[in-house]
Amino acid sequence: MLAKRIIPCLDVKDGRTVKGVNFVDLRDAGDPVELAWQYSEQGADELVFLDITATHEKRKTTVDLVKAVARQVNIPFTIGGGINEMADAEVLLNAGADKISINSAAVRNPDLINQLANAFGTQFVVVAVDTRLFEGKNYVHLRGGRDKTEIETEHWIKEAENRGAGEILLTSMDHDGTKNGFDNGLLKKINDQIRIPLIASGGAGNQQHFADVFQYSNVDAALAASVFHYGEIRIPELKETLRKQGITVR
Amino acid sequence: MIGIVNYGAGNIFSLTAALQRIGVDYGMINQVSDFDRYDHIIIPGVGHAGAAMQKLRETGLVNDILQLEKPVLGICVGMQLLTAHSEEGNADLLAVFPLKTLHFDQRIQLKVPHMGWNSVRAENECPLFQDVPDNTYFYFVHSYFIEYSAQYTGAVCEYGLPYSAAIQKNNFYGVQFHPEKSGKHGEQLLLNFSRI
Repeated sequence: MLAKRIIPCLDVKDGRTVKGVNFVDLRDAGDPVELAWQYSEQGADELVFLDITATHEKRKTTVDLVKAVARQVNIPFTIGGGINEMADAEVLLNAGADKISINSAAVRNPDLINQLANAFGTQFVVVAVDTRLFEGKNYVHLRGGRDKTEIETEHWIKEAENRGAGEILLTSMDHDGTKNGFDNGLLKKINDQIRIPLIASGGAGNQQHFADVFQYSNVDAALAASVFHYGEIRIPELKETLRKQGITVR
Repeated sequence: MIGIVNYGAGNIFSLTAALQRIGVDYGMINQVSDFDRYDHIIIPGVGHAGAAMQKLRETGLVNDILQLEKPVLGICVGMQLLTAHSEEGNADLLAVFPLKTLHFDQRIQLKVPHMGWNSVRAENECPLFQDVPDNTYFYFVHSYFIEYSAQYTGAVCEYGLPYSAAIQKNNFYGVQFHPEKSGKHGEQLLLNFSRI
């Protein structure tokens, strides 16, 4: 059986973890490599690094980070943030990244999805989509949900699939940070329309939220950040909870 | 020491990193004379099987690969190259195994690519799986699969249909999943190969 994946997401800036992390057994909470290694030991199925490094000059630290993670961590990982063109992606591929995620660059230039998929394979290309409700409809938003576009989320995800996305990472900005659970209705609707894997993001507050999103929407993976970083949910216990409810996990 | 066939099909950083973690020495095979330096050979590969076969032919290493008597391990597309034919690019391949590489698309209802951790069941006493528990999860990413064969399948994966997660024939082995990305059990499998 194919297991449902649990994916911690780490924000990094200038090669360091930015959001507070509360692991008692961590020597350096700002070291993304050590944190990544801890998560893989706990049973995380995959990792996502979101690079929020502001300046182009500092991007080299991101490449060094990718190399260090690829050297030391034995599970797959995705890196997103700041990837605007083919060259950015190629540097990360050669540094050992398994996948890259693109968000606003793909909205601005949808052909980038085709180019990346043709050059490196669809499995390398995750299209991240931030969505928010506006007058009853979900629209793609940019800049962390601040800028609304005129593009309906469902349409954009179908287009991304057709252009060669290997996977979709869908974050509901209405649910993100609320800890009230994932946007199960939207995720089910999208998941029923596509034939590539869908990662749910935004809203995880407790273990049952993960069980709910898998059971209701049948997404392939669920991603969260703070509930893992602050130790509110421990991955071994989360997987036990899911297993007890008949969900296939590793 | 493991020699990695360096033919430009995909990035091998993760593979070399995994070999470093388990303390197995490795080097690159760029030309025919390099084969002598190694006692085990890995053929990696990511991407399009037809394109990968074309790149491998361009290296001029194909005949020597077919003559090898040392243990050979194909990983992912590197494994598919060992079969006779792939539907990806309608390509004729190395034909070490009289098996076909087929597309999932029309054959299963599930999502394609098959991406993520899937349990695997070893068969035919495949030595790659020594000290690996039955139904261990390995990390897969692929849209094409190698058909099941009672004779050559070394491990079975079920994803809409049963297919070959591993194959074996004499000194030739292949795995569809990525052992270098499959946690401790993946590292164990690479270690097992280095000891065959």
